[in-house]
Amino acid sequence: MIEVINLTKKYGDLVAVNDLSFKVEKGTIWGLLGPNAAGKTTTMRILTGYLAATDGKATVSGYDVFEQPNKAKKITGYLPENVPLYPEMTVLSYLDFVCEIKQIPGSKRKEALEKAIEISGLKTVRGRLIKNISRGFKQRVGVAQALIHEPQILILDEPTIGLDPAQIIEIRQLIKSLKGEHTIMLSTHILAEVTQTCDGVVIINEGQLMASGSLEDLTASFIEKDGVVIRIRSETEKAMTLFKEIPGVENVTRRDDEINIEWSQGKDFKDEITRLIVEKGLGLIEMKPLAMNIEDLYLKVISGGVKQ
Amino acid sequence: MKNILAITKKEIKTYFTSPIAYVAITVFLVLVGFFFYSLIWLFNSQSLQMARNPYYYQQLNINQMVYSPLFHNISIILLLMLPLLTMRLFSEEKKTGTDELLYTSPISVNQIILGKYFASLTVLAVMLLFTGILSVFTFSYGNPELAPILSGYLGLFLMGAAFIAVGLFFSSLTENQIVSAVLTFGTLLLFWILNWASYSAGGMWRDVLNYLSFFQHFDDMTRGILDTTDIVYYLSFVFLGLFLTHSVIQSRRWR
Repeated sequence: MIEVINLTKKYGDLVAVNDLSFKVEKGTIWGLLGPNAAGKTTTMRILTGYLAATDGKATVSGYDVFEQPNKAKKITGYLPENVPLYPEMTVLSYLDFVCEIKQIPGSKRKEALEKAIEISGLKTVRGRLIKNISRGFKQRVGVAQALIHEPQILILDEPTIGLDPAQIIEIRQLIKSLKGEHTIMLSTHILAEVTQTCDGVVIINEGQLMASGSLEDLTASFIEKDGVVIRIRSETEKAMTLFKEIPGVENVTRRDDEINIEWSQGKDFKDEITRLIVEKGLGLIEMKPLAMNIEDLYLKVISGGVKQ
Repeated sequence: MKNILAITKKEIKTYFTSPIAYVAITVFLVLVGFFFYSLIWLFNSQSLQMARNPYYYQQLNINQMVYSPLFHNISIILLLMLPLLTMRLFSEEKKTGTDELLYTSPISVNQIILGKYFASLTVLAVMLLFTGILSVFTFSYGNPELAPILSGYLGLFLMGAAFIAVGLFFSSLTENQIVSAVLTFGTLLLFWILNWASYSAGGMWRDVLNYLSFFQHFDDMTRGILDTTDIVYYLSFVFLGLFLTHSVIQSRRWR
């Protein structure tokens, strides 16, 4: 479990993190979202003990990161945005060094090393110098480094940045497979990543908490209307007037070739609309429930939406 | 202790898997060899000249004529080279972001500092040990006294240890290795020549400047004088350097 209470960090006059509080439940994956310079990296650096906070409190699995730094660091794995690698070392000697400074006892070291190499898919490059391996492998060495001591808490700062789409999917699956045993917090710019891997999000902007909660709760709280989005083959304008005439439908709007039809919550006009489309021969291509996607949610929250 | 050793091991590996240590040790030994050769040559020619005069012949002393100047020469080479060995210790970690790994690991800042310090000391010790080969020649063809040689080596090691501590401190200040090396070199040189100012200074200042100068404390040791003041001087330099490094790294977290 990760808990942050009234955390504040100032760099001189600049307030990077302002009175931030949130909580990540044990065994879940949470995303830390926000525009550039929102304070994501600073928050993570405080959680891992790299920076000291100006004010407030942060605990990982009950250990205060300021009061009991060594205990907290022992159970935390951290992948910084710039993967901390020594280019002149081989993958194996690097991970061996990490084992030593993470204080994995000598008897368990080999096992931990093999397991980390196995999980992160580094078998083929284990003997190579880090400076000679590709960006994707470097990222994986970073992941291996973060989880080699089987930490309860994993903090990943933009784990998929700079990877190709196939590698992104691999890293994502890797992160998902770690869920349960580890409590994971990751920061990202890619919103799709959040819907695919995370159980909840913390959205911050200019160091302040804008919203936090599970994905379902958050989207539900932002949706005011029910409705459908449809796409038809032709005569979009004509169709729109038709839909407007249905009693109870409150709003019909068009976005490119999609028509949004909204009505107040509790009602349902899906059958009616379907019947109309078939009767008039409009040629239905697609019909989906009107749901707020993560992009809309994010933009709404960042632009000063409801504070939760 | 285990944690310190882990850092030391890694740093020594970095020194010896890259060309740094080999180049430094080779250049050092070539220069020392050159100085040794010149001094021995001078000593030989003077011995030949003096051979006709038994009184002056008695005065010839290989410790004073070869070893003492040799130790001074070596100390100058160290002054020039050690800043280059220490410049990357913290600067590079900061620049490449690997410091995030170190400072988020369950090891203390002190352990990291000592680990890196001991690694540089090891390289210094290796450099000095290699120069021991020279004494094989002096002992097989002459009869120098051992004690002043040992005290000279102790002086060199202590002074090198102080140099490294200063270098470590400046390396923690900046992420630019050149800046770190220049600052280290400048500071060391200043402390080296501080006693020059003592000629013009009077009274208490003369003593203070003399005490602070690297040179004064080293000179005694090359001549076989072991004074606890000198040893305390170097050790306090080491302590101050390490303490300041610690302060810089700790304060980084709060900035």
